[in-house]
Amino acid sequence: MPRTRLYSLDELDDIPGTKVFNARRSREAYHLHKFCMSLMKAENREAFKADERTYLDQFKMTEDQKQAVLDRDLAKLIELGGNMYFLVKIASTDGWSAQKAVSSMSGMSADEYAQMMLEGGRSPEGLRSKKEAK
Amino acid sequence: MARVTTGITSSHIPALGAAMQTGKDRDDYWGPVFAGYDAIREWIKKPGNMPDVIVLVYNDHASAFDMNIIPTFAIGCGESFKPADEGWGPRPVPDVQGHPDLAWHIAQSLILDDFDMCIFNQMDVDHGCTVPLSMMFGDVKEWPCKVIPLPVNVVTYPPPSGARCFALGDSIKAAVESFPEDLNVHVWGTGGMSHQLQGPRAGLINKEFDLDFIERLINDPEDLAKMPHIDYLREAGSEGIELVMWLIMRGALGDKVKELYNFYHIPASNTALGALILQPEETAGEALNPQRVLSGHSLEAAE
Repeated sequence: MPRTRLYSLDELDDIPGTKVFNARRSREAYHLHKFCMSLMKAENREAFKADERTYLDQFKMTEDQKQAVLDRDLAKLIELGGNMYFLVKIASTDGWSAQKAVSSMSGMSADEYAQMMLEGGRSPEGLRSKKEAK
Repeated sequence: MARVTTGITSSHIPALGAAMQTGKDRDDYWGPVFAGYDAIREWIKKPGNMPDVIVLVYNDHASAFDMNIIPTFAIGCGESFKPADEGWGPRPVPDVQGHPDLAWHIAQSLILDDFDMCIFNQMDVDHGCTVPLSMMFGDVKEWPCKVIPLPVNVVTYPPPSGARCFALGDSIKAAVESFPEDLNVHVWGTGGMSHQLQGPRAGLINKEFDLDFIERLINDPEDLAKMPHIDYLREAGSEGIELVMWLIMRGALGDKVKELYNFYHIPASNTALGALILQPEETAGEALNPQRVLSGHSLEAAE
């Protein structure tokens, strides 16, 4: 049967500064995300805060992923397959606002980022395609 | 018979719920956002406008649907649904009361229309579902109507196409219209508008895209529905893909619609926010006054 598709999956890798949450990343982050999901229970949040390393060792995450959680390095966790809707549960456990969590990946300070948003946000100009960005 | 009288779109960001909870909803930052919704809150209370049931289209944000189950289209057929604990305790809002008879009827009709729905009975609903209710109904002890949650996967790629979402809306309309009870049904499409919550491109906002999206959603949705995901990603940011859910709402309203209210604001935390009230042209009521409201710091400067 002939098939018409609107785009190829490869095209999803063409957006600068963006990791589209595809099947490969979903698999890579499976155990990292299991950890994130565990933080939806108050008693687990307490156990995590009491001894982060021991808590993390219950999950079959990579060492890099564990270290990035300990460092609260959300940008790195995205690189390692993570998706923001899972990762934000770490930020919420820490009492961070969503804006603080997002700004931590943007290469700007939280204040600079907040100011950029007040001024209308980041323009898509030059950021639509890796080809355009070069 | 039941009828889809109204389509509403709304942002569902958790920060809106948090602003209400912490009493910041009338401060300098959030005030203009809530002022934009005041018109909707007043409108929806008027006789004839209050729905009996809302089909509430939203996406679960790794709350009920984690890595274990990722349904593309799901429908809640249970009696009631509790607010989810998303990492800071459940939102202090009432349980969502379902409408199992209508929900099951819609589920069966959609499956007969070739939509392979996932049916759930027990599930906690996250901010995607409860924040729009708070925005429309305020701080209440009980939600004033029944709600059928209809979660759509827009997190794990690929989400359903715009065309598929638009067609789903059309089938929801047909399903509602074949339900014998006389019910005023709303279909709400939530999420959006342009925003990106990850990486060095975080904070992306595209006002031109958003305003054009609203215009085409109202006047030429069939053509808009052909837009591939990659264009949403390029133009509206990685999380702007939530806008495909607005096409489900639009598909449920038929060919021609009247714009009753059109509110657009930048920024709401990391996002651009859009809230619309649309009705099928043949049964549409009066437009609100003012009908169009643009607000926010960047827009004020441009006006």
